[in-house]
Amino acid sequence: MNGQAVVDRAPTADLSALEAQIQQLQAQVDALRAQAPDNRLSMVVFSGDLDRVLAAFVIASGAAASGMEVSMFFTFWGLTALRQKRESRGKTLFQKLMGWMTPVGLRGLGVSKMNFGGVGAKMLRTMMRQQGVPQPEEMAQMARDLGVRIVACQMSMDVMGIHKEELIDGVEVGGVATFLGDATRSKATLFI
Amino acid sequence: MEIRYDVEVDARGLQCPMPIVNARKTFQTLQPGQTLRVLATDPGSVNDFKGWANMVADAELVAQETIEMDGKTVYVHYVRKK
Repeated sequence: MNGQAVVDRAPTADLSALEAQIQQLQAQVDALRAQAPDNRLSMVVFSGDLDRVLAAFVIASGAAASGMEVSMFFTFWGLTALRQKRESRGKTLFQKLMGWMTPVGLRGLGVSKMNFGGVGAKMLRTMMRQQGVPQPEEMAQMARDLGVRIVACQMSMDVMGIHKEELIDGVEVGGVATFLGDATRSKATLFI
Repeated sequence: MEIRYDVEVDARGLQCPMPIVNARKTFQTLQPGQTLRVLATDPGSVNDFKGWANMVADAELVAQETIEMDGKTVYVHYVRKK
């Protein structure tokens, strides 16, 4: 009796209104889903200090091991961490000087405090080894094995006169939009 | 505590982030329903595995315990693949 009454009071106009409402809600859900961040972490590595770069790689490895997509953007002093050789050809005088005065790769980086001309960095490496902590080079390799995206900033490279051939293999080159493209759909963003 | 597990990762003597990095590698090879046991001496691993299980969608932290093994405190983590 009751059921009959409900059917009687459900004209087709109400149904189509309901359908329209569902469609509207579906569109809203789709829009929200498009805006929702990926399971991603984006980092700017500005620093060329061993301890800071190390922290960046530890976070990157941890995030990648937790199933996150990770992007690391190396800019300015951070670029020195990605170098594998010194090349002076095709550079201006200042670029040559910059190239000679900045470290080549993780091996050459100093610590941000108590570096004492590189002694501090050596001491830190020994202390890490004593505690069973992987060396920065191993940490970086691990991050890359875990699929971390490594991007070198084109503008910094141009200013400092660093050519792509001077950087380690497998590094992408990009600009601010590359970073923002990843950062805007990240759950977490760090500047190191 | 007697908990059944299928595979074990020995991360004793390793520091952050190695326990979760090594756990991840083995966890990926598990079949759904299988359980991974991780041994670690890093006290931080207790909170790390809680956080890790929260982030990894198909991981469930079944149990954690602290035991004495070879004269050392060992933190044991059981993670089940959903």
